[in-house]
Amino acid sequence: MSSVSVRNVFHDYGGPPILERVNLEIADGSFCAILGASGCGKSTFLRLLLAQEIPVRGEIRIGDSPPAREPGPDRGVVFQRYSLFPHLTALENLMLARAFEKAPFLGRLIGSAKAQAKEEALAVLKRIGLGHAADRYPAQLSGGMQQRLAIGQTLMKRPQVLLLDEPFGALDPGTRVSMHEFLLDLWRETGMTIFMVTHDLEEGFKLATRVLVFDKVRWDEHAPEAWGATVTYDLPLNRKTGAPPPGEIAEAVNRPDTAYAEGGHP
Amino acid sequence: MRLINRRPGRGLALALTVLPFAAVVIAYSVGSDIRLAENPSDKLLPSFRQIGDAINRMAFETDKRSGDILLWVDTWASLVRLGIGVGISASAGLVFGLLIGLLPMVRAALAPFVAVLSLIPPLAILPILFIVFGLDELSKVALIVIGIAPFMMRDLSQRVLSLPAEQLVKAQTLGASTWQIATRVALPQVLPHLIQSIRLSLGPAWLFLIAAEAIAATAGLGYRIFLVRRFFAMDVIIPYVVWITLLAFIIDYVLKVISRRGFRWAHLGGESL
Repeated sequence: MSSVSVRNVFHDYGGPPILERVNLEIADGSFCAILGASGCGKSTFLRLLLAQEIPVRGEIRIGDSPPAREPGPDRGVVFQRYSLFPHLTALENLMLARAFEKAPFLGRLIGSAKAQAKEEALAVLKRIGLGHAADRYPAQLSGGMQQRLAIGQTLMKRPQVLLLDEPFGALDPGTRVSMHEFLLDLWRETGMTIFMVTHDLEEGFKLATRVLVFDKVRWDEHAPEAWGATVTYDLPLNRKTGAPPPGEIAEAVNRPDTAYAEGGHP
Repeated sequence: MRLINRRPGRGLALALTVLPFAAVVIAYSVGSDIRLAENPSDKLLPSFRQIGDAINRMAFETDKRSGDILLWVDTWASLVRLGIGVGISASAGLVFGLLIGLLPMVRAALAPFVAVLSLIPPLAILPILFIVFGLDELSKVALIVIGIAPFMMRDLSQRVLSLPAEQLVKAQTLGASTWQIATRVALPQVLPHLIQSIRLSLGPAWLFLIAAEAIAATAGLGYRIFLVRRFFAMDVIIPYVVWITLLAFIIDYVLKVISRRGFRWAHLGGESL
């Protein structure tokens, strides 16, 4: 069954094209790593998946629902930073999803609904290993803890699709490895479809069941911005064997961003 | 050791804080002594004893004509005007700040308008206020509001606008409506900035208050200062100015404490003035 289908998507910001002819069918429960050099449009693609932006042409559907016009609870998201609400404690950050759901006017839970949401949030906190930090504000948590909490927030809504925009980009290598385990465990538990933008080749190949590489297929020496990027590699991975990243992909991903900024042929 | 790395100890820091205040008091008393020695009826720099007498007359004895204790009547009149003016401005700043900062439609309609509004010199339209609202309380409150509300609206809409887009998207993926985002995400995060904005606006607010009182009033701190100016009553003017300064300092300090107590999360980032 196809969970996410991307049909002939083109996107630009009124100037040169960013993405062109993107076509994808993503099976339910996939873990897709989106790789590419800086500026290749992979974050743009994630914003399109999120419905934070609407593609100029083409459409993106999740399941059978019509293309979304704004972000909604069917897609969870974790950004590299600023995914948390700094004025709420860890526990309140989690309970907020329930408050939005059950208190349309007040936005605050009272009585038994509050107790129930608190219990649920505490269970999630424990699951993400932050049981001891319930009353801390995000600024009082380490980078890894903040990202765990941001992922925990999405768990409160059980979205079909989880979108991660370089979620571990700001973390140190040790923390990153433990976050990988954490994320894989959650993915197996929940069966969500995950899209993760990363520029770390190894991270992509380690976690994903499918690797998508964005790059430009057409280059014009005289008009370097004339063409947008598309999916140049679409590799299903066998988790057991864990294929090593082929050299050409490494080249596309590790290309310096000046290649895009200055438009030289890579 | 470089000067930028030299830090005063606790005692020295206190002494350094007191120093400029003490210097002003000493310089004043020396100057006052010199002038009074030359001419005992000099009114420009009254002695501390004369100032003390004036304070006693204004703050602790009833006025013969009106039967009121003037300092308290003036203080009350001024603080009520200031409170209403700042209160209205802060409420308008908050409501319009949220509307302009969150809703692109309202932003397109009002942001340039508010920007133009904030460029009108408030004192230049004081005569209009007196003509339209009359000479009583309303025109004085209106001057304060016109003077500081546009600044607060702009300041707070900028604050709302600079909330990270990621947060607003995240809230939407958690199912929040516009109203819920306004009340649970944006509002609580701009409240500390509102207090900051009020603290910054209090200086101008006092300015507009005293200007309005100076021109037309029957009580108020600014009214009294400009009234006794006719008699060169420096012994009254000086304590009034010190009293206004003290009031402003206390209000500022209370707001700072409210911000620290009420919004602990906003002060996790280190020291601030």
